[in-house]
Amino acid sequence: MGNANVHAPMMQTTAGAIPTIIDALPLRPQVSVAKMPDPKQKIVQLQDLFFRAVTRFFAFLVLAILVGIIVSLVYGSLPAIQKFGFGFLVSSEWNPVTEKFGALVPIVGTLLTSFIALLIGVPVSFGIALFLTELSPPWLKRPLGTAIELLAAIPSIIYGMWGLFVLAPLFADHLQPWLINTLGMAPVIGALFKGPPQGIGVFTAGFVLAIMVIPFIAAVMRDVFEVVPPVLKESAYGIGCTTWEVVRNIVLPYTKVGVIGGIMLGLGRALGETMAVTFLIGNAHQLNASILAPGNSIASALANEFTEAVGDLYTSALIELGLILFVITFIVLALAKLLLLQLAKGEGRTT
Amino acid sequence: MRSNYSRRLFANRFNLFMSLLTMAFGLAFLFWILFTLFAAGFHALSIDLFTQMTPPPGSKGGLLNAIIGSLLMAVMGTALGTPIGILAGIYLAEYGSRGWLAPSTRFINDILLSAPSIVIGLFIYEIYVFQVGHFSAWAGAFALALIVIPVVIRTTENMLRLVPDSLREAAVALGTPQWKMIVMVTLRSVRAGVITGVLLAVARISGETAPLLFTSLNNQFWTTDLNAPMANLPVVIFQFAMSPYNDWQELAWAGALLITLAVLVLNIMARVLFRQPAPK
Repeated sequence: MGNANVHAPMMQTTAGAIPTIIDALPLRPQVSVAKMPDPKQKIVQLQDLFFRAVTRFFAFLVLAILVGIIVSLVYGSLPAIQKFGFGFLVSSEWNPVTEKFGALVPIVGTLLTSFIALLIGVPVSFGIALFLTELSPPWLKRPLGTAIELLAAIPSIIYGMWGLFVLAPLFADHLQPWLINTLGMAPVIGALFKGPPQGIGVFTAGFVLAIMVIPFIAAVMRDVFEVVPPVLKESAYGIGCTTWEVVRNIVLPYTKVGVIGGIMLGLGRALGETMAVTFLIGNAHQLNASILAPGNSIASALANEFTEAVGDLYTSALIELGLILFVITFIVLALAKLLLLQLAKGEGRTT
Repeated sequence: MRSNYSRRLFANRFNLFMSLLTMAFGLAFLFWILFTLFAAGFHALSIDLFTQMTPPPGSKGGLLNAIIGSLLMAVMGTALGTPIGILAGIYLAEYGSRGWLAPSTRFINDILLSAPSIVIGLFIYEIYVFQVGHFSAWAGAFALALIVIPVVIRTTENMLRLVPDSLREAAVALGTPQWKMIVMVTLRSVRAGVITGVLLAVARISGETAPLLFTSLNNQFWTTDLNAPMANLPVVIFQFAMSPYNDWQELAWAGALLITLAVLVLNIMARVLFRQPAPK
């Protein structure tokens, strides 16, 4: 017969994958193939093999894209890596004229805006997920959930424009003077809230990022809250717990891993967010203790400077920034995914 | 005892009230943004918007070339990305229960789904724009296709997994070859779900700005040359909104309203389409 039977190894399913009975089925009963070699059957088998190979190729393409991204970014940033070496990561100088580049300012800006986004976004997302799973009347769940999801659908450039024209002036006139006058006077954290109320800056960028990551974090939290077995919650209610106590002592401990995964997912989104931050962060290559001052993030430095960059070294330094951003987000998103996978595994065990 | 009980009740009420507030916080921003867009963009909507080219600073004009450019690149990006996404999704759902390829693809795909889109633009710049030496609509379409692929893979796989195995067994028992079973039976039964995924992907790329900055760039004039830089709404909005000219800013608001409406309509369409088969 000589036909390669693609389904030869039977039912060796790996953990996490869903075994289907189809996988275990031979394509055709082997006996009949051996007895009468029907040319039509051979064509069908070839078609099957071909179809499988094509789908396999495109699945493989996804991995190839990832490798391609990393290789091309590394290749593009080689001149900068050779010139500046490790010092690129810790130098805060960014001078296209003298061709001295350091990534510290954008890296700090990226991390700081994302941190502010999580500081505001995580409690709000938790509240929203709590509302959607425990409080909302059933008929409201769907429309409210959809509304929050639509928040994720609004393009990032719209957030940027809205932030620049609506939120930033409002912050400059009301919120920031108040912050400067109250928190700015405080002994230790006062340094964070110094300087003129300009509206745009690291704080405003972080605030808008918070609104943008809320739908992602809230969606994951809502989904993991919903996998908590009702019997656990009911037994807690049965001994007289209040809704809040059930959430704190039953739901949160049970879904801890998933909640952290959701937060990491939001962090991954916030780190790579480009347009909204570009509009709002002020694009100043300077380190400043105050979060009200303008700064720069990796993505916004790329968006602003890349097409105007002259000279190989300048371009290469910007590409290295892109590489750093990709590596950071890759690690964060991979951790998020691993945490969520772990929860999915545990689900089968405990219920 | 009594005070302990009332403290617990108070903590409960307080936290649930905070939860209500956060919900209101989220909704408030959605409506605030939409309200701003309508208030600022609505009066800028006119017939000129759809018939005139983007103007030089300080004069009136429309967004015709940007709208056409955006549509063209979204269509090309979707056309390039969708088949790849569906085929890879089929592999993950139908053949992917063993071996190393499917789990790793699934893992990487979920990461690419959230990867910063500006890096995608950088990647296309490196491998295409830099090699051919000029920005072009093709490059923009390639970048958008790379964003479409993970979305389509994800939804196709998830949808195919909802198909009961009994359906597959029934088809195979009738002697259907496996590829025919997948194309004619399983894929067909989740058609609505797969189309939903494609619509969501289109919604996602119609607002994407970052990957187009270094690929299709922008063009003030009308062009249908796919090898030349092409105007597109997001980049035009970016350029016009950041400019000091009033006419330009007004056009930026009109463009922002157009994009947001398109994205919201696509999202709602996708939801309606997917919900339809459920009650049956």
